[in-house]
Amino acid sequence: MTRKHILIAAAAIALVGSAASLWIRADEFTKKDLARWQNEFMSVVKKGRELWTSPKLGTKGVACAQCHPNAANTHPETYPKFQKQLGRVATLREMFNWCLMNPLEGKPLALDDPRMIAMEAYATYERRGVPLAPGKH
Amino acid sequence: MKDHPITRRDFIKRAGAATAASAFPLTVVEMAFADPSQRFTFAHISDSHIQHVQGSEFVRNWDRGLIRAVAEANLLTPKPDFVIFGGDLAQLGTKEELDHGAEMLSRLKYKTHCVLGEHDYYLDLGEYWSKLFGPHYYSFDHKGVHFVVLNSILTTDEWTHKKWPTPMHRMIEMAGLDNPNGSPFMVGEKQREWLRKDLENVSKTTPVVVFSHSPIQKLYKGWNFWTDDAEQVQALLQPFEKVTVIYGHVHQIQYNQIGNITFQSVMATAWPWPYPQSYAHAKHAMPKLTVPMNRADPFFERDATGWQFVDMESGRVVVEYNLYNNTNRVVAYNPATRQPEDRVYQNPAKRIPPQNHY
Ligand SMILES: [Fe+2]
Ligand SMILES: [Fe+2]
Repeated sequence: MTRKHILIAAAAIALVGSAASLWIRADEFTKKDLARWQNEFMSVVKKGRELWTSPKLGTKGVACAQCHPNAANTHPETYPKFQKQLGRVATLREMFNWCLMNPLEGKPLALDDPRMIAMEAYATYERRGVPLAPGKH
Repeated sequence: MKDHPITRRDFIKRAGAATAASAFPLTVVEMAFADPSQRFTFAHISDSHIQHVQGSEFVRNWDRGLIRAVAEANLLTPKPDFVIFGGDLAQLGTKEELDHGAEMLSRLKYKTHCVLGEHDYYLDLGEYWSKLFGPHYYSFDHKGVHFVVLNSILTTDEWTHKKWPTPMHRMIEMAGLDNPNGSPFMVGEKQREWLRKDLENVSKTTPVVVFSHSPIQKLYKGWNFWTDDAEQVQALLQPFEKVTVIYGHVHQIQYNQIGNITFQSVMATAWPWPYPQSYAHAKHAMPKLTVPMNRADPFFERDATGWQFVDMESGRVVVEYNLYNNTNRVVAYNPATRQPEDRVYQNPAKRIPPQNHY
């Protein structure tokens, strides 16, 4: 073993040793973890439902749910898909923004805005169980 | 000739008189008028959901829908005998909304009969609406047909008279179509008794046409495509040979036949609603007979909205759906099959991809 190798090995041992108390195996999680993750997800779904029915998301009091009760007719399973009106393949979030700007007469959200993610979580949750069909019209 | 050219010839979505005349030869029209005394027309406009923003501002999109229907109905030739407005004139039942809607309806050049919708009712229980339009339910006779207007959007007293923080809280709970805190629609015992008495003096061969806001059927409870005492109301109507129920609320094309009763829905002028079959978790009982309207194209503001021109022919209705961004559709009672059918699309081979709702 060269001097250099010895040094690396020592450093590795030191690192593992100091992190030993925090050691978690990647594939081991508990029922408690599952419950917590599900709760986290459902709290975002709930937030999404609130936004979906909120007259405040746009500027004129019109809410998403007015035309899309239970987020029906949004077809989350079909995105991304070609939108002939945009002339390209678009995502569901872009379609949400289209509705935000037009019937709701509001401003578009950043695609990673927590409100956008919440609305996607809600619409997708309402669509649970439906097989993926990207590109479908 | 199976086509009913009075609707085709007269409808105004056309390039001009010359085109219409060449497209529909006069011989056809003469045949259709073989018995003119048995025939008249009326227009049906519904669900305009006039929505107040603030001050003198209203949601432009919904305003445009009603303005267009009124303007087009005024251009009909020959003139319809009357107009029915099928309910949900307002979005939250306020004086501002009802006044604004009434002002737009007042431009109709014809006698107008109004039906109450839940959006007109649950703020003040129809008080202001009544001042503008009259009683909540009533009947009238016209050219041998008995017309009944029902208030089918009542619900239980417990729900209506709950300790609501304000009447607007009650209105908002009922206004959310998919809101689980709403309550099922019903005609109610008092009104059913009125209907029973009203129909007592009507001969069983007299055609009866009922206008309601909710479907007087149980289609899908989750969105109140539903009338809780539908069976009891239907039982009062079944003894008549020719009965048609025309209803709003669903913002989409639906039609059905239950015994002697033909059911036909009307479009909204404001916005379309999805079919219950497109909500993956809906336990619905949508009529198999219905060929759905086209799926709405969100890039066209008025797509999947419209109004109706109704041809009353020998006591049956021929409904022409005047669709702003799609080809019009005609649904008529077919005496051979004893059910309402779409003139073009009833044949499965004729259906088009946008009619697939999922
Ligand atoms: Fe409505
Ligand atoms: Fe309604």
